[in-house]
Amino acid sequence: MIPAGFEYHRPADLASAISLLTTHGDEARVIAGGHSLIPMMKLRMADVGHLVDLQSIETMRGVRIDGDTVTIGALTTQHELITHAELARRLPILRECALLIADPQVRYCGTLGGNVANGDPGNDMPGLMQCLDATYTVEGPDGARQIKARDFYESAYFTARGDEEILTAVSISLPAPGTGYAYEKQKRKIGDYATAACAVIVGGGTASVAMTNLADTPIWAEDAGTALASGDLDGAVAAALAAIDPQEDMRGPIAFKRHVAGVVIRRAMQRATDRAKG
Amino acid sequence: MSKMHVKFTLNGQEVEGLAEPRTLLIHFLRENLRVTGPHIGCDTSHCGACTVDMDGRSVKSCTVFVAQANGADVTTVEGLVNADGSLGVIQEMFREHHGLQCGYCTPGMITRAHRLLQENPTPTEEEVRFGIAGNLCRCTGYQNIVKAIMAAADQLNAQKEAAE
Repeated sequence: MIPAGFEYHRPADLASAISLLTTHGDEARVIAGGHSLIPMMKLRMADVGHLVDLQSIETMRGVRIDGDTVTIGALTTQHELITHAELARRLPILRECALLIADPQVRYCGTLGGNVANGDPGNDMPGLMQCLDATYTVEGPDGARQIKARDFYESAYFTARGDEEILTAVSISLPAPGTGYAYEKQKRKIGDYATAACAVIVGGGTASVAMTNLADTPIWAEDAGTALASGDLDGAVAAALAAIDPQEDMRGPIAFKRHVAGVVIRRAMQRATDRAKG
Repeated sequence: MSKMHVKFTLNGQEVEGLAEPRTLLIHFLRENLRVTGPHIGCDTSHCGACTVDMDGRSVKSCTVFVAQANGADVTTVEGLVNADGSLGVIQEMFREHHGLQCGYCTPGMITRAHRLLQENPTPTEEEVRFGIAGNLCRCTGYQNIVKAIMAAADQLNAQKEAAE
């Protein structure tokens, strides 16, 4: 499969990349790891006149931990997240989630920014980012602005990012030491998207629950978090199930997905609770 | 669409050519450079037969545009032989342990195993299986592939010790 032709750009800095998006409008798309976009281009389901490769923009790379906040450049790959020792210690749920994405080759290319910006309901990081109440930075011709992960997703592939904006970084407040966590994912095979997945953190009298691929956006279930924080596991599972809206696809009919979701949500909540210290 | 000039390092040697940016790296390797070690299996980023090493990462060259590889350092299975042209350790262990039947997945498997062992020289069997999860083999059931990689790890570590 060979995609339609396009002009290739490799800007050296963010301002040049934004300027390319402004100049070419709808015809331009940015590419990071490319493992969502290139398959779509090969299938000719994505039509790209100008491909803007972000790989040379070094300011969009890397992990910076500053006190209780971690800021992760959008171009940081899943592999880099997995192998970052300090991040694995301070935010282990990120590693647990990244290890369940695709396969090793894809994780060497796939980036955190691409995963959260694409708006694919099958991507794992958006749900996790909602669970952790992360903040995205997007930058465009009018400067930078911050958008909460919980406000970012509108429907499948539609997000609060403007066409001329680039998602440049993700900031997360690190949970207190001892916070329980779990990312539980059921998938048909290595490399598949989730049939159902759930991110949970619990500790210090609070809890947060979000789910992947169980609606056309990630779902953060506030009521489920409240119930879990009070120790009501059954109530928390019920509240999470009430918040989802799965659709029938090749991973199964709605009833099956609801069943799998129930199992996955309960396992995530149980594991996070078991891991919580104090 | 106009062609662009691409230049990168392949198996330690500089290569260059003209290609449309949409050309996939696998096609450029096989058709322009006639380097046919990496295979096209599924062409949908699943099977790993096209795996090459690019800037120290295992990548599926069916999911990389040659334009993206411009300036990169690429290694294919051809680049994993010894200096005298004999089989490298991982290749030799695949032969020794019968880590292939039809051989179609083998270049991708070996190139992936190379990076895996660079990053984790003493993997457990479980780590090997997790590490090659992006490479499909429809013949062997993986048993002998895993054995070959474990044996290669031992041999490479023995060589390293002997050199020290």
